[in-house]
Amino acid sequence: MGKNLAIKTIVAIGIGAAVFVILGRFASIPTVVVPNTNFNTNYAFLALMAVVFGPIAGGLIGLIGHALLDSIMWGSIWWSWVVVSALVGFFIGFAAKRINIESGEFGKKQIISFNITQAIVQIIGWGLIAPTLDILIYAEPANKVWTQGIVAGLLNIVTVAILGTILLAAYAKTRVKSGSLKAE
Amino acid sequence: MAVEMLAYIDRPSPIHRLTGATKLICFILWSTAAMLTYDTRVLLFLFAAGIAIFIASKVKIQEIAFVLIFILAFLLLNNIAIYLFSPQEGVKIYGTSHVLFEIFGRYNVTSEQLFYQFNITIKYFTIIPAALLFIVTTNPSEFAASLNRIGVNYRISYAVALALRYIPDIQRDYRNIAITQQARGIDMSSKEKIGKRIKNMASIIIPLILSSLDRIEVISNAMELRGFGKNKKRSWYSARPFKRIDYIALILFGIVFILSLIITYYDGSRFYNPFGA
Amino acid sequence: MKKPVIQFEHFNFKYRTQVDPTLHDINLTIYEGEKVLIVGPSGSGKSTIGHCLNGLIPFSYKGEITGSLKIMGQETKDLDIFSLSKMAGTVLQDPDGQFIGLTVAEDIAFALENDVKNQDEMFSIVKEVSTMVDIDGHLQSSLHQLSGGQKQRVSLAGVMVDDVDILLFDEPLANLDPATGKHAIHLIDRIQKETNTTVVIIEHRLEDVLECQVDRIVVVDKGRIVADLTPNELLASSILEECNIREPLYVKAAKYAGSDVTAESKPSHIDTFTIDRDKLHTWFEATNPPERKKKAEPILELESIHFSYLPGREIIHNVSFSIEKGEMVSIAGKNGAGKSTLASLICGFVKPNSGRILFNSKDITNDTIKERAERIGLVMQNPNQMISKHMIFDEVALGLVLRGVSETEIKERVEKTLRICGLFPFRNWPISALSFGQKKRVTIASILVLEPDLIILDEPTAGQDFKHYTEIMEFLTELNEQGITILMITHDMHLMLEYTPRAIVIAGGKKIADDTSANILTDSVVIEKANLKETSLFDLAVKAGIKEPREFVGRFIAFDKEVRTSWQ
Ligand SMILES: Nc1ncnc2c1ncn2[C@@H]1O[C@H](COP(=O)(O)OP(=O)(O)OP(=O)(O)O)[C@@H](O)[C@H]1O
Ligand SMILES: Nc1ncnc2c1ncn2[C@@H]1O[C@H](COP(=O)(O)OP(=O)(O)OP(=O)(O)O)[C@@H](O)[C@H]1O
Ligand SMILES: [Mg+2]
Ligand SMILES: [Mg+2]
Repeated sequence: MGKNLAIKTIVAIGIGAAVFVILGRFASIPTVVVPNTNFNTNYAFLALMAVVFGPIAGGLIGLIGHALLDSIMWGSIWWSWVVVSALVGFFIGFAAKRINIESGEFGKKQIISFNITQAIVQIIGWGLIAPTLDILIYAEPANKVWTQGIVAGLLNIVTVAILGTILLAAYAKTRVKSGSLKAE
Repeated sequence: MAVEMLAYIDRPSPIHRLTGATKLICFILWSTAAMLTYDTRVLLFLFAAGIAIFIASKVKIQEIAFVLIFILAFLLLNNIAIYLFSPQEGVKIYGTSHVLFEIFGRYNVTSEQLFYQFNITIKYFTIIPAALLFIVTTNPSEFAASLNRIGVNYRISYAVALALRYIPDIQRDYRNIAITQQARGIDMSSKEKIGKRIKNMASIIIPLILSSLDRIEVISNAMELRGFGKNKKRSWYSARPFKRIDYIALILFGIVFILSLIITYYDGSRFYNPFGA
Repeated sequence: MKKPVIQFEHFNFKYRTQVDPTLHDINLTIYEGEKVLIVGPSGSGKSTIGHCLNGLIPFSYKGEITGSLKIMGQETKDLDIFSLSKMAGTVLQDPDGQFIGLTVAEDIAFALENDVKNQDEMFSIVKEVSTMVDIDGHLQSSLHQLSGGQKQRVSLAGVMVDDVDILLFDEPLANLDPATGKHAIHLIDRIQKETNTTVVIIEHRLEDVLECQVDRIVVVDKGRIVADLTPNELLASSILEECNIREPLYVKAAKYAGSDVTAESKPSHIDTFTIDRDKLHTWFEATNPPERKKKAEPILELESIHFSYLPGREIIHNVSFSIEKGEMVSIAGKNGAGKSTLASLICGFVKPNSGRILFNSKDITNDTIKERAERIGLVMQNPNQMISKHMIFDEVALGLVLRGVSETEIKERVEKTLRICGLFPFRNWPISALSFGQKKRVTIASILVLEPDLIILDEPTAGQDFKHYTEIMEFLTELNEQGITILMITHDMHLMLEYTPRAIVIAGGKKIADDTSANILTDSVVIEKANLKETSLFDLAVKAGIKEPREFVGRFIAFDKEVRTSWQ
């Protein structure tokens, strides 16, 4: 893996991870109700990057970005959730081909396809994998981690559905078609 | 004004002298040991050793105080949550119930629950100093070289280097965009209603993201112009050779890791049970 | 016979997204060891030519190429970007895209790392090159801690490690203070002489580049080469004026005085220029002195402002000044002196540690950014930091939309402003398809359209050609006559003299002078301390033996403005 990564993909991973960190640090709103859960705008960004740059970039942005975010903010890395971020980025990236955002088209069909993918990926990730890992690694009470996982999963699905869709639409609009610019 | 974040602190200390690769391996061993074990003796030992290493690093408590406060607040909330969700978790694990006092229903306070939550807390306390130290004593430039040395593909290592390099830049962008949006007439202060605030948040996030995407273009052009990726390998200006101190550190941490696993799993359970059921 | 290094033959290029080609029938040959300057209006295709040389076109920017471009005798279409990057080293125009490494040393070594050089070799090359460009004292600094001039040196060093045959500089002087700019030009000159590389410079500040000798000047207009001459020949012709490129001021003055500027009079540098003393004297006597403005009440007052970004490192020390209603004032000073920081303080982006800011005699120190923005508009130095919309029209309209102005009025006001800024033909384009200078104009337009009481412009003319410079400045003057106060941060000494009667000079975070622009630019202590530069007009007057050189400068400016308004 990685041998033939294009320079653009590498830069996308690096800058993407940095943006993921900054959004996570400054642009997430704590839900207060359940500790360690937020409206995480950075997952909307992760979804965008995965759709634009594909599964490998998505997975690595999730992995590197989340690990850095945890270490810069908390001084320790919450591996169980980092792994899930990586998986979420990776699997949303598989929708990239179907959506083909570079064509500049992002209509109803693409929106539905994107949201179904992200919802399935995230509910499995946050609702199933993250709590399981939490129990295995940290031996925290099962009902607590399940609640946390499901709440976080739902919040992320909602955030990505709203903000992620807006972002993709905004990005699609920036894809200028060939031979379309003329000084008037 | 600027929100603080952890960053490399340059200082002459034995911990700083270790190569990034050594520190990374030691850090992984250490946190794996701390994650797997629930043996109070091992945890206490790791905790004490962590404090000792911290002192050796000459990093001052004030320099990381803001993170510590953050973490303490989190631990407090987490402990409360654990108790609310599962007041009998300790009883379940240790198999006995020494009730100290009742509150109502299943919410009583047992020695087992207290001990269990003490263990969880101390577990975080063993991981935290190591992770903090790893971040503040590892030069980010050398870190990418280290990742490459321990076998991570150089392109991916460089992606990590780029992430570290651009976090401050993106943070500045974020602030600038927030400021210019306000200068054009958007109110970001907490006077606004929540729906409006979310909309305003979007008016920062969207330009930030779109400008970062432009930046990806610009930087990949610059890297291309300067010949990144033309060879199968690349060398690193800030790489450092392994010295004796690195081998010593690796051996010591290896021993601690193995011992802690042996002690933890010796009696077939991750938990140390002082209640002697 | 010299060896040709760069050969364009009937070369055309069209960006993928464009309908029309950007470069038309380019024929240009540059020989080994030559130093060539490319000038032309903003958006004329200079950076595009640069991108063809370094391989970004066609490898990164897609489009259609016809004709041929050979570098070192090889057709570029048949090469890949790596072999091209071995031949041509580029210092890019956009400052954000230049640096990759975390520290200065790493950034310089970047190309060496990619060549898998071993560490000892890298250390010695980095040491050698950094000494050459005089940045060896900052090898461990991170890049955002450097001032504009130092950054320029690092980017130079970064391309020099590679032993390239061609060095390409895209606007190396924009954002540098006059003294540092001069230093940079001498540095480029020295490197070229020491290594015999071929140097191509793209720059709007013609007079500053001519500080050192240049072999040829190529003039680009609307994607075509309209002249390819030696500096002396070009300055003797009227091509620059026709393409709206600013001639060196001393040449302009000589032309106004009616002297015959010929190639033989060596106009490429003031020291070599043979002048007609009598004509200059006669012209000087016959020209009217400029009028002065009267006093009004203050609109903006700063009282003992102290400020630091990081505790313990004060950037602004006890700065006080007052700006009167309807004034037009410059703020000048060295790179890193704290000028942009002052603008941020006035707009409330950062809060002073102590001191007060008054607007219309009302204390606004505790007002929010939004409250201040209703009366004060700021155009920031780096356009990338201001742009938040994708389309040009939307970006300029944003402030009006947020203020709830009606749609028809928005359309009218935005279109008017876009015309002034020369962007009307592009109004439906995405900002990403603009040249750097055009982007900067978008940000100027987005503030002008709001017509605030006080406008602060941070380097408004950096990277602008003379035509747009004049248009923007004349519009600002017009606004100023309607009573809008204008504060300008600038490194352009002539702009300061021409448009702002008064100037404030900042050095090391302190105010060191607050006087008429003419007085400041003749005070050698202030000039020295703040890295400013006397204009060449002054030198010309001295050379011609005119007794009051300061007065000469003043009269030239008044006359020049008169001439230019009669053009329009
Ligand atoms: N990435 C791009 N996509 C489409 N068109 C572009 C792109 N970059 C530039 N152009 C077009 O090419 C023209 C010339 O741009 P270029 O950057 O070469 O100008 P320039 O002479 O360097 O101007 P400046 O002095 O402002 O930097 C622009 O007007 C623009 O229309
Ligand atoms: N966000 C920041 N954090 C810390 N220091 C900063 C920051 N911004 C600027 N500085 C420092 O403050 C000083 C003044 O910077 P400022 O940008 O005001 O200079 P300037 O006079 O506008 O220079 P130039 O002519 O190069 O634009 C510089 O030494 C700079 O390194
Ligand atoms: Mg350009
Ligand atoms: Mg500035």
